[in-house]
Amino acid sequence: MPLSSADFSAIWLTIKLASLTTVILLVIGTPIALWLSRTRSWWRGPVGAIVALPLVLPPTVIGFYLLLSMGPNGYFGQFTQWLGLGTLTFSFAGLVIGSVIYSLPFVVQPLQNAFSAIGTRPLEVAATLRAGPWDTFFSVILPLARPGFVTASILGFAHTVGEFGVVLMIGGNIPDKTRVVSVQIYDHVEAMEYAQAHWLAGAMVVFAFFVLLALYSSRKTNMGWN
Amino acid sequence: MMEIRLQLSYSGFALDVDLHLPGRGVTALYGHSGSGKTTCLRCIAGLERAGDGFVRINDEVWQDSRSGLFVPPHQRPLGYVFQEASLFAHLSVRANLAFGLKRTPRAQRRVDMAQATELLGIGHLLERHPQHLSGGERQRIGIARALLTSPRLLLMDEPLAALDSQRKSEILPYLERLHDELDIPVLYVSHAQDEVARLADHIVLLSDGKALASGPIGVTLARLDLPLARGDEAGVVIDGVVTAYDAHYQLLTLQLPGSASTMRVAHAPLGVGQALRVKVQARDVSLSLQAEEHSSILNRLPVTVTEEIAADNSAHVLVRLDAGGTPLLARITRFSRDQLQLHPGQALWAQIKAVAVLA
Repeated sequence: MPLSSADFSAIWLTIKLASLTTVILLVIGTPIALWLSRTRSWWRGPVGAIVALPLVLPPTVIGFYLLLSMGPNGYFGQFTQWLGLGTLTFSFAGLVIGSVIYSLPFVVQPLQNAFSAIGTRPLEVAATLRAGPWDTFFSVILPLARPGFVTASILGFAHTVGEFGVVLMIGGNIPDKTRVVSVQIYDHVEAMEYAQAHWLAGAMVVFAFFVLLALYSSRKTNMGWN
Repeated sequence: MMEIRLQLSYSGFALDVDLHLPGRGVTALYGHSGSGKTTCLRCIAGLERAGDGFVRINDEVWQDSRSGLFVPPHQRPLGYVFQEASLFAHLSVRANLAFGLKRTPRAQRRVDMAQATELLGIGHLLERHPQHLSGGERQRIGIARALLTSPRLLLMDEPLAALDSQRKSEILPYLERLHDELDIPVLYVSHAQDEVARLADHIVLLSDGKALASGPIGVTLARLDLPLARGDEAGVVIDGVVTAYDAHYQLLTLQLPGSASTMRVAHAPLGVGQALRVKVQARDVSLSLQAEEHSSILNRLPVTVTEEIAADNSAHVLVRLDAGGTPLLARITRFSRDQLQLHPGQALWAQIKAVAVLA
């Protein structure tokens, strides 16, 4: 058996983290993307820039500030302590928060592009056909933006799986809680277990390839929508 | 009655209209592009919000900015036909048609799927997808989709402008049927005079965001104080009533509204009492002091001169005539005007060279 139970536990944790992060990102990313694609407000520029920050910042920078704010002396840490939750650093919940921030642009940007491509006309048509705003969202925007949602989910999931720096900064390396695949590979290498590192690293390469393959072929077939 | 007051301005454009329109029939908003027709329509639909606005359609107020009332578009019982049909690309034709129908409360439904598809001749297209339709078919589906919400007002924004003339003539008969068979008031935005002459009962002339005129089409097209009369296409629209049919010569006799005068028109047989709309262009009307019996011209009407203005070039003048209650326009040369010594009140004969049947 090339993979140890610790490896499997890291894989399971990674899948759990990436799935939860993707779901949360779709829920909070959709309104942000919708707003960014429709607004003419002055805030559009600054908000867009903030959402895109994780694209250019080193993950350690994000991790460092998250560590500070979620720690016992940070604002967010004091808030979670006041709620009776303790601090979220070195916990799975902390990792989820970090991943959501880290992968935000990978979900918001494809959604924003999809919403912009729809334009305002279908929404106006829906309104003149008696559909209210929520109805229009579910019966017109969602189906027309489906390719955007597929892309956003795949990118959000895959990018979270590929996360390393942020995890190490705020999550550390606790088995079953914060030790994800990328950290596990790092551990194997540190311990000179190259064969085991190979299995996991190779699996990641195969995974990434198939994710991107799915993405590019789905884009091709989804072209028919417009 | 419809009462529409709108004030709205953005950089370089201001709309300021105060309209009282009939609550039935087709009202055309006519003007050049940039005159504010579409903005007007969008404000009535609530797709755009006039800073200062009052919109009342028959007994319902949709906007009254003084009391802060603004009914959102999806709660206004209107139908809207856009210039491009704007069908939902993710839905089949049938689902497109059902979209508004499903959202119309059962008690308010007055148009059903069978009636709408029959009226617009689209029954054979129901299972298709919008991508696989011609422009004319798409637009007919857009119209049927709007009708299926059983609107109390149908707004049409240049529904034929994106189509070539063949597709246009394919749709026009359907629009006429709509007019004849459904009792839904229509606001029809257009910059094409032929469409307006054919469909409209009432016309609002818009220019630079202001209404230059608003009135029944027959009277308004004959007004010399409006830019309409000066152009080469100037003419009047007459809603005649069939009084006889000469089967041997295949000529209909039409009585002019409010007048004892009649005109004869080459046309297929129509029953006595039926209405027929014809257009008489100003350039097809000539004037003479006597009734010329010996001429191939079929229609000679006794008229009196009401007024006269210069046309768009200095060689011609436009003369407004009264044919026993029906206004007519004649575009004649200034030379002929002087020869005939035209003056208001003068009685003479109008010879009409051509009468175009519109409907």
